[in-house]
Amino acid sequence: MTQFMKSAALAATGLVAASAPAMALTLDEKVNQVFASATGWFVNLIFSPFPGSEALLGYAFPWIVLWLVVAATIFTLYFGFVQFRAFPHSISLVKGDYSDPNDAGEVSHFQALATALSGTVGLGNIAGVAVAVGIGGPGATFWMILAGLMGMASKFTECTLGVKYRNEYPDGTVSGGPMYYMTKGFEERGLPLGKFMAILFSIFCILGALGGGNMFQANQAHAQITNVVGDYPGWITGIIFAGIVFAVIVGGLQSIAKVTEKIVPIMGVLYVATAIIILLINYDKIGWAFGQIFGGAFTGLGVAGGMVGALIQGFKRAAFSNEAGVGSAAIAHSAVRTKEPITEGYVSLLEPFIDTVVICTMTALVIIITGQLVSDPTTGLYMLNEAGNAIQTIDGNSGVALTSAAFSASFGWFKYILAIAVILFAFSTMISWSYYGLKAWTFLFGEGKNKELVFKIIFCIFVVIGAAASLGPVIDFSDAAIFAMAVVNIVALYLLMPIVKREMNSYMSRLKSGEIKKFH
Amino acid sequence: MSHTIVVGYDGSDSSLRALDFAVDRAKSEKAELVVAHVLEWSPYSFLTPTELEERHKRRTEELERARKFVLEPLMKRLSDSGVKVATELRYGRSADTLCGIAVEKKASQIIVGRTGEGGLAARLFGAVAGSVAQIATVPVTIVP
Repeated sequence: MTQFMKSAALAATGLVAASAPAMALTLDEKVNQVFASATGWFVNLIFSPFPGSEALLGYAFPWIVLWLVVAATIFTLYFGFVQFRAFPHSISLVKGDYSDPNDAGEVSHFQALATALSGTVGLGNIAGVAVAVGIGGPGATFWMILAGLMGMASKFTECTLGVKYRNEYPDGTVSGGPMYYMTKGFEERGLPLGKFMAILFSIFCILGALGGGNMFQANQAHAQITNVVGDYPGWITGIIFAGIVFAVIVGGLQSIAKVTEKIVPIMGVLYVATAIIILLINYDKIGWAFGQIFGGAFTGLGVAGGMVGALIQGFKRAAFSNEAGVGSAAIAHSAVRTKEPITEGYVSLLEPFIDTVVICTMTALVIIITGQLVSDPTTGLYMLNEAGNAIQTIDGNSGVALTSAAFSASFGWFKYILAIAVILFAFSTMISWSYYGLKAWTFLFGEGKNKELVFKIIFCIFVVIGAAASLGPVIDFSDAAIFAMAVVNIVALYLLMPIVKREMNSYMSRLKSGEIKKFH
Repeated sequence: MSHTIVVGYDGSDSSLRALDFAVDRAKSEKAELVVAHVLEWSPYSFLTPTELEERHKRRTEELERARKFVLEPLMKRLSDSGVKVATELRYGRSADTLCGIAVEKKASQIIVGRTGEGGLAARLFGAVAGSVAQIATVPVTIVP
């Protein structure tokens, strides 16, 4: 999710490190050293290129990206292109057409989707896309959309299982997610190692929650604030953020989180609406932009790495932005109240669609259409920057700054909105991941007020560390942990997918026969 | 022929006045009374992950509380009024839900108090009584 935003964030984190107190710096260095030596092998393992890809394609293809894309393709084929066939039905489910009015007051499909989305929509959609387009060229957009469309099938699979095998407790609360379908689903199918995989997944989930879901977010939020108000020490941001997060997750001040949960979708809509307005202003270039996207997808248009470079960047971006196959969404979606687990699968497949196919594409289109990428007027090919590792942009921007420049080209005030959006997205992502981490924690150590409090306090401490320091190796490691979740989770999905297919076929035949009725 | 009157009740003073008025009407018209208590709820609101997890538990508690502290005292109060009373406890948008109940019960009219609990918010976003008057399919009496 975050690995490939780092090049974008590098400048910002550099600033943070320079501004952190001297003591924190030496502490940073120590932590960095210890971490790098202890975890470097793991990071290298997760992000290592597919054997031979460099010789064959002239470009290193991380096997984890291939792992996610291959899984998405297999699920797409296995479920007969469910993301296209069931798309209209997914929309009616979210609208509540099939919700029993007697269940009013329970978690609706819409609410589960909105909460899960606020966990995934974030920096990836703003900064990550800019990195992808900046390196892979407009053609990366094509591959990003394709990967987003296929990722819908991965989400469908994991979220159906998440609801089907969740735990329901006597007091009415629920707990769900990959660790529950690994234990219960494997047992049901008579498969071994379910418990082992669940434990492994939980460990990665806790690490991912503290890293990519927390430290990286705090770090980027601070970088955004300093961009607008000027430089100041990161621990100040960290303590403020940690205080708010503490109030929400420990103090139970759900109202604060509720406010962000309300503002985040508004921000998302505002972001897409602004993008559409910019596209409308430049309507004469829309045809050209799509020409660039399709042309670049297959020729590269002079981009470093050519077509393969565009493909890798697009695939990476999509896989890391929508988290399809990682398993986090299965935790978020499992609270919905439904008699049919498969319905939540249908709803969840909208998530990569909104996240990647809509929001990420908007970012890419605005960057392309506002002419941020410099091309050679005579050949029409993109020019590389001096380092030769990315496309030259008009102001030399990359990452968030590139997106910000593209939007500000039409609306100067947009950079302030964007800064607020980034901070809020970061906050809501942190709240979501604190929950995912907590679920993994309680799975390992059992439920209980004190045990939960330990995790919550650790989480808050990591907010401060994340905002104050530039912990390259730690962030590398936590990124690797998020994708290690996908390694374990997708193995489980392959083994359990026949169960999802059975559910799907049964539901679809009942829908056709009219046994499942619309209420509205 | 007996008919049904739906009365909206939220425990506020004005809803009590509406109720008294409805009881009088029901007595004189020999009508049955349906007292509707609506818990404001939108399936499109945004919740945090923790709220999602606890929703079912909270809903059970909310229903329990409404039964115990709103509807049960009310039934006690109306037990010797000589009117046949039923209660409806629902989640939803108050105005829509009241009108929905009226349609469902084939009611001949709806009676609501003018200001429920809400104050400033109600003034800004429109009070229940006004909305009911606008969307109801049966005559509506608004009791001040």
